[in-house]
Order: sequence, then structure tokens, then C-alpha cells
Amino acid sequence: MSHRTFFFVVLGLVLVSLGLTKAIENEYYFFAGYVILQYIVLATAWNILGGFTGYVNFGSAGFFAAGAYTTVAVVKWVDLPLLALIPLSGIVCGLIGLATGYLTLRLRGVYFAIATLALAIVLETIIANWEHVGGAAGAFVIRPKEVMFFDSYVEFLFWTMSLLAAIAVFAARYIQHSRFGRGLAAIRDDEGVAESMGVPTLKLKLMSTTISGALMGLAGAPFVYYVTYIDPPSAFNLEYAVNAVAMPMIGGPTSWLGPVIGAVLLGGAQQIATVTISSELNLLIVGIMLVVFVIVAPDGIVGLVRRLFSKDPRA
Amino acid sequence: MSDTLLEVREITKRFGGFVALNQVSLVVARGERLGLIGPNGSGKTTLINCIAGALPTDGGSIHFDGFDISGRAAHQRARLGIARSFQIPRPFHSMSNVENLVIPLEYAAGDRHGGNVDAEAREILARVGLSDRADKSCSGLTQVDMRRLELARALAARPTLLIVDEVMAGLAHAEVDEILAILQEINDQGITIVMIEHIMRAVMGFSQRIAVLDAGEKIADGDPESVVGDPRVERAYLGE
Repeated sequence: MSHRTFFFVVLGLVLVSLGLTKAIENEYYFFAGYVILQYIVLATAWNILGGFTGYVNFGSAGFFAAGAYTTVAVVKWVDLPLLALIPLSGIVCGLIGLATGYLTLRLRGVYFAIATLALAIVLETIIANWEHVGGAAGAFVIRPKEVMFFDSYVEFLFWTMSLLAAIAVFAARYIQHSRFGRGLAAIRDDEGVAESMGVPTLKLKLMSTTISGALMGLAGAPFVYYVTYIDPPSAFNLEYAVNAVAMPMIGGPTSWLGPVIGAVLLGGAQQIATVTISSELNLLIVGIMLVVFVIVAPDGIVGLVRRLFSKDPRA
Repeated sequence: MSDTLLEVREITKRFGGFVALNQVSLVVARGERLGLIGPNGSGKTTLINCIAGALPTDGGSIHFDGFDISGRAAHQRARLGIARSFQIPRPFHSMSNVENLVIPLEYAAGDRHGGNVDAEAREILARVGLSDRADKSCSGLTQVDMRRLELARALAARPTLLIVDEVMAGLAHAEVDEILAILQEINDQGITIVMIEHIMRAVMGFSQRIAVLDAGEKIADGDPESVVGDPRVERAYLGE
């Protein structure tokens, strides 16, 4: 499928999600759908660095929270509409991604992963001590009473997140099939060889951390309007970091489709479990599924399907 | 355009207190076939790592095609036309054979490739005898095919200087001849070749000139017959 055709498919899905807000009465579906879409953005963002480039980021919650807190910081200062705030979160988190890249990309493997974990902790400490955004006590944000076209603010948030998911997935697919994406795959396979084959590894890695960070910022930007109250433990929740890693791994980290499948499956299962069993069960589900997939299908669902339908048994 | 393609001027490389290369100089002429030999641990691979930019040097300078490339990153040197194969094959394991070649074609070759990257990659694979495996995963290759892929990928960088690091090690007699024929054909097209090799039959037959390293120093440099007759070379290999 060409990028053009895919663009219209994605655009069509965004319009369908707009139609759904008119067709479905029960607000809960949008409440749950928002979370799944948010995970599509977060998992897709993680996968650009983790799956395409091979650098495992355990600090996704830090980027997500930075995106959320950018919204808070700006709103406390000047009242802008959400759609104007989202790009700002993207820019801020893109810059954090770039800085992280400069500071940590000399590290490889587990050392890089540990450094990203530390980054999230540093960010959380800064936020917890920043009075302007509420510090450790947290901050309230009042939703606008009315929003144009939509019947409720949750429906608007749902549609906004579907738009962000469309942007993230389109970007990931575009990157995967581009010269840039092939360069990232070469880095993932063997960085030293990639460099000797002319791939400017440092530049590509920095681009990768920047794009990945920016997309995570987008995922976090509307969060504060979704929950209306935000504090560091909820924004920097381990759940985001774990899900951002687990979803692409379960779906298949080498393809743009993997994180989408993973987010829908795992995010969906979590939402159902939250309602029917208990909200504490979420991470247990993630843990069990991750263990199962690492053993049964190390290349995720996408890899499993490819293996089953491939003619070459070794391919 | 001068006749000298590569000039290494007194480069030194240390690993901690160990001097791996001690003021080694080397000149390679355009279109030449140079053999680089020496006992294990003499610094051959370190030397080519320094030339290709994979390792920084601790002194001296490297000139390629008239430019001082000492401070350039490895990927920039690849773009200037220095390509190498690795002693132990290191294919991009998640890719098919043809995709392995697309990387250097798109990056190292830059505008030296003709435009249709896929067709060019297939053409190079055909040259090394891998055309029937073009779309297969590289993980299923045999040892000799793995070496062919290493060579093909280096060629896809469209180099003017090709450095092959023990590309024939461990191969059978007939397989060595096959690889030698491919290398000769590459050289006939004007690509300069520096070959590191332990198989004396291969390196003696192929090289126009041989340089010998021992314990980080160049101890001989000349035509194959005079080099093997050199008492210092004999001492390096056989001892006193």
C-alpha cells in the first residue's frame, strides 16, 4: 500500500471515530477508547527507538509525564485551547529526547536502559519540586464547559487522541519504509557495521530519540484534561513505562503494525479487566502476557504470522 | 589525480599501555592489489580499523585520494570510497540478502549509485553468485555464501578502495579459488584492493605487493618474492 493510500485509510479511521462520537451514547466507551488510543501513540513512539533502532527506553513514563506537565505549565500561565497545547508538548518532549540522546547514546544495551530509567526519576523530582505546576501536591485543571461540535469533553478527547494515534502510526509506517528507517534497522542489527557502510549512526540515533520523545509527549499532552487532577505519581506511573515496552514486544517490534496490535490487545484486556475484575490486575496481565510472548513468539504477533505464512522455513 | 590512493603516515595506536601499531606507514597506489600479512596479533586488523575509521589513532595521519581523513568519522570515510569486509561475517541479520546491500548503496555509495537501488543490489549479488538467494534471509547462508555476502555488501558501497579482512579463512581449496576470481574481477574494474590473508597461496598469487607487520611494526614491504625471502619476515613467522 502506498503512503498516499495509507494516508486516506488513516484519515478515514479518524473520520469514523468522529462519527462514533455521534452514534454511541454511553460515554464509557470513549473513556476506555481514549486509553487504548493513548497506548497506540505511546507504544508506537517507543517502538521507533526501541523496535526500529534497538535502544530500549524504560523512561517512557518520564516523556509521557513531561508532555502532560507541559500542558499544565502552559495552562497555568496562559489559557490556550488543547489543540494548541499538544504541539507544544511535542516540541518540549522532542527536545528532551534530543538531550537524552546526546547524553546517553554512547551507552548501549542495558546501560542505555538504566540511563533512561534514571532520566524519568530526575524529571519526576524536578516536577515534584516545581510550585508552578503544583509540586508534589499536584494540580487541578478545569475542563472547558463546552467544546464545539462534540456533546461532551470526553468525546472530544477521544477524537483528539484518535487523531494523534493516526499521526503516530502514519509517521511510524512512513519511517519504516524510508531510507531513514532502513538506516535505523542497520543500527539495530549491528551498529559498527552500519557505520562502516556509510550510515551516520549518531545523527540517525538522535533523530530517532527526538521523534520518539516528541510522539510520547503528544500522548501525554491531553492527559491532564482526561483526569482533571494530576500529580507526579500518577503521571510518572510505572504502568506507562511497562506498557510502552510490553505492547510493541507482544505485537512485534520490527513493524509499525506491532505496537498497534499490542496496544489494542493489551490495552483492551486491561480495560476489560479493570471493569470486570479489578484495576490492580492490569500489570499482572501485562507481566504474564509478556512472559508468554517472549517464550512463544519472540518477534511478537507480527513475527509469528510472518513465520507461519513464509515459504522459506529459515526466513 | 595522483597515483597514490591511500597514504598512511606514521600512525600509532595504543590500547592502554600496549602499542598495537608503532609509527606504521603505508602507501597504496591507485588500482593496486596489496597483500597485508603478519603473524597473529601483529596489528593487521587494527591497521585497517584505523584506516576505515572504526578506531581513532593516537598519532600520525591518513590521507585518502589527496584528503587528510584522519579526523573523519567511519561513515564519512565509507562515503569517500573506503569499504571493508569483516573477518567474522557480520550481516544485518534481520534483513534479506538484497536488503543487506541496500544499506551501503543508499548510504555509503550516495550519488555513486545509479538510482535503481534494488536492481543494482541484485546485480552485485549475481556477481558474487548469490542471485538465487537474493530474497532469502541472510541467516540461512553457508559459510562460503556468508563470505560472498560480506564481499557483495562491501562492493555495494561502490568503493575505490576495498579492504578484505581474511575473507577466505576456513574455506576449502576450490572455494578460495572462487573468491579469488571474484576479487580479481573487482580489481580489473579499477578498484584498489588491500587483502589481509593467512592463506599464503592466495595472498602470494593475488598480490602485486606485500607488506608485512610484526608486533605493530612494518618489517617488510615489496614484491611477493623478495618479501618471503626476507630474513626478518622468516624470523617473524618462524622465530630465531
